[in-house]
Amino acid sequence: MPAASADDRRLQDVAESLRGRFGDAVVETFLGKDGLIVRLRPARLREALTFLKENQGFNALQDIIALDNMKRGPAGLGPAGPRFEVLYQLYRFPEGLRLRLSVEAAEGEELDSAQPVYKSADWAEREAYDMFGIRFAGHPDLRRIYLPDDFEGFPLRKDFPLEGTKRGL
Amino acid sequence: MAFKEIELNMGPQHPSTHGVLRLKLRVDNEVVRGVEPVVGYLHRGMEKLWESQTFHQIVPLTDRLDYIASVSNNLAFVLAAEKLAGVEVPKRGQYIRVILTELQRLASHLAWVGFMANDIGAGTVLLYGFEARETILDFFEDYAGGRLTIHALRLGGVPYDLTPENIALIRKVLDGLPAVLKDIGRLLTENRIWKQRTVGVGILNAADAVEYGLTGPVLRASGVNWDVRKRHAYSSYDDFTFEVPLARNGDLYDRYRVRLAEMDQSMSIVRQALDRLPDGEFRAKVPRVFKVQPGEVFHSIEAPKGELGFYIRSNGTDKPERVKMKSPSFINLQSLEKMCVGNLFADVVAILGSLDIVLGEIDK
Amino acid sequence: MTDADKKESFFLTKADQFITWAMKNSLWPFGSGLACCAIEMIATAAARYDISRFGMELFRASPRQADLFIVAGTVTNKMAPVVRRLWEQMPDPKWVVAMGNCAIGGGPFPTYSVLQGVDKIIPVDVFVAGCPPTPQGLLHGLMTLQDKIAHMHPTQEILKPHARRIR
Repeated sequence: MPAASADDRRLQDVAESLRGRFGDAVVETFLGKDGLIVRLRPARLREALTFLKENQGFNALQDIIALDNMKRGPAGLGPAGPRFEVLYQLYRFPEGLRLRLSVEAAEGEELDSAQPVYKSADWAEREAYDMFGIRFAGHPDLRRIYLPDDFEGFPLRKDFPLEGTKRGL
Repeated sequence: MAFKEIELNMGPQHPSTHGVLRLKLRVDNEVVRGVEPVVGYLHRGMEKLWESQTFHQIVPLTDRLDYIASVSNNLAFVLAAEKLAGVEVPKRGQYIRVILTELQRLASHLAWVGFMANDIGAGTVLLYGFEARETILDFFEDYAGGRLTIHALRLGGVPYDLTPENIALIRKVLDGLPAVLKDIGRLLTENRIWKQRTVGVGILNAADAVEYGLTGPVLRASGVNWDVRKRHAYSSYDDFTFEVPLARNGDLYDRYRVRLAEMDQSMSIVRQALDRLPDGEFRAKVPRVFKVQPGEVFHSIEAPKGELGFYIRSNGTDKPERVKMKSPSFINLQSLEKMCVGNLFADVVAILGSLDIVLGEIDK
Repeated sequence: MTDADKKESFFLTKADQFITWAMKNSLWPFGSGLACCAIEMIATAAARYDISRFGMELFRASPRQADLFIVAGTVTNKMAPVVRRLWEQMPDPKWVVAMGNCAIGGGPFPTYSVLQGVDKIIPVDVFVAGCPPTPQGLLHGLMTLQDKIAHMHPTQEILKPHARRIR
């Protein structure tokens, strides 16, 4: 399909620009089922997001997806690497290119907030904090968004039970 | 006598917040100085629940997200899961999905115009809109057995074929709708009161709209031509000819015009799909135990509220590792403060109505 | 009812019937529409299913002016204190209809944030099952509530305050 390969070529260009600018901080880039996937070291996250927005034209942050990889290690007993993975789903409008930026964060490690770069990151990061306990440095107002402020625990972590820790009211 | 700013609480129980939304308003006399939405009063823990359900079981649970347009949620999820697993949906199944989704878009916009007009005071439009919506729900009840949360789609296609009776019913529904839309237009479009409440209110320009990550009719009313059905056509949408309505000013009146025009386009798409409905299977063979190899995908569709997306990561079992929903209302609601500040207090209700949010989708 | 009560006067029985007839045909719902069931509640109030033939078209926004609390939708733990406070604000006599599976027992959401049934915090008179119940189902539930009201003895409650319902 001609359209797909034109998109693929543009994404390859983006990948090369990223490698050129960030060198070793870019762990891996590859074309997935739905666009370019970039794995990045967290230290240069803010810089990479700014570069992607202002230099490479990715003007929309569609979603921030956090994951708990606690069970991913050998025999599912512990993480193979840092516990959390945070994905930034970016979009270049109007060409319609998708890019997913992936950074890993250990438990207790703070990531740079994307809010100064993309306004739509505001609530998405609050949601990631609410559900996983991941903190974002530089967020204007990092507090829970869904659950009451006095809720204990972070529900989407793999070690939190579905029914919760307090049985009923 | 100097007046201070006061903080006013609106919700979570309020007739015009379209669900359990709480707004903390800072008002200075009648002018709004700040709006802080507080959400989470309908947080049901869906994403956690999905991790313990099989892919088949998740489909009906997604109905409850955007409950006014439940087929769209189903469609977004099954398309993402099928993309991940490499399932190819037969052409007839894709066309039936388009018919169901566009009918659902009509039902959603009819409910929206009813709610928004009712909030502003035009109660008749609520009754007209809901009666027209009932005719569409009659078809859904005939086809899938339910009115609101229907589970109308399955992994691999649709659950039932469209019988000739179903098709006749759809055509009857479509024949009756233009008259209703014309009535609603006659009541509102040139209505002086409607225009005074909506023209020039809640303006969001194109640059801000893209900056805040808005999608859907609100974005198109600000002049940005972005429709996922055009750029990343899914489920055979590129087989159909339709326009994407746009407007220029980004105020509430434009959002109303855009949604009405979208309804016309939806009717046209359904007619085209019915006229050219291909023969063949309506559902691909999908195993009962739907195991998916480890991988990840993000896929989005143009839902009536905006761009609805699902991110799925699979781990080789029949249950997903992580499912995350990109909710258009969640992102659209963040721009509420920008639109309300500087407007009158009474406009907050109208602006909130024009955003067309659903709390089920925001709170998951 | 004791023998003394059975010898109630004809006048009080007729007064009971009149009062309950008036109450059950003029219930003012407090539409607490929380989730999907709220849309079916609004459809019940719309033109086709016309709740106003039962006298209930006047959905009040304020609990102080309503006597029927239709809990339509999922009650989360965050929303539960709000629901309780709204119910407490309603004046007597008041009734509660738990509409939908979420209000009855948590519905399809056995999760950390959902209250497994609104009857954990407020007393419920009628449970209307369904996910969501169709408008016909809700109307049936409301008619069942009307039957329940018809069996009340308001004159007893006026004359003998200790016979009042436990709130």
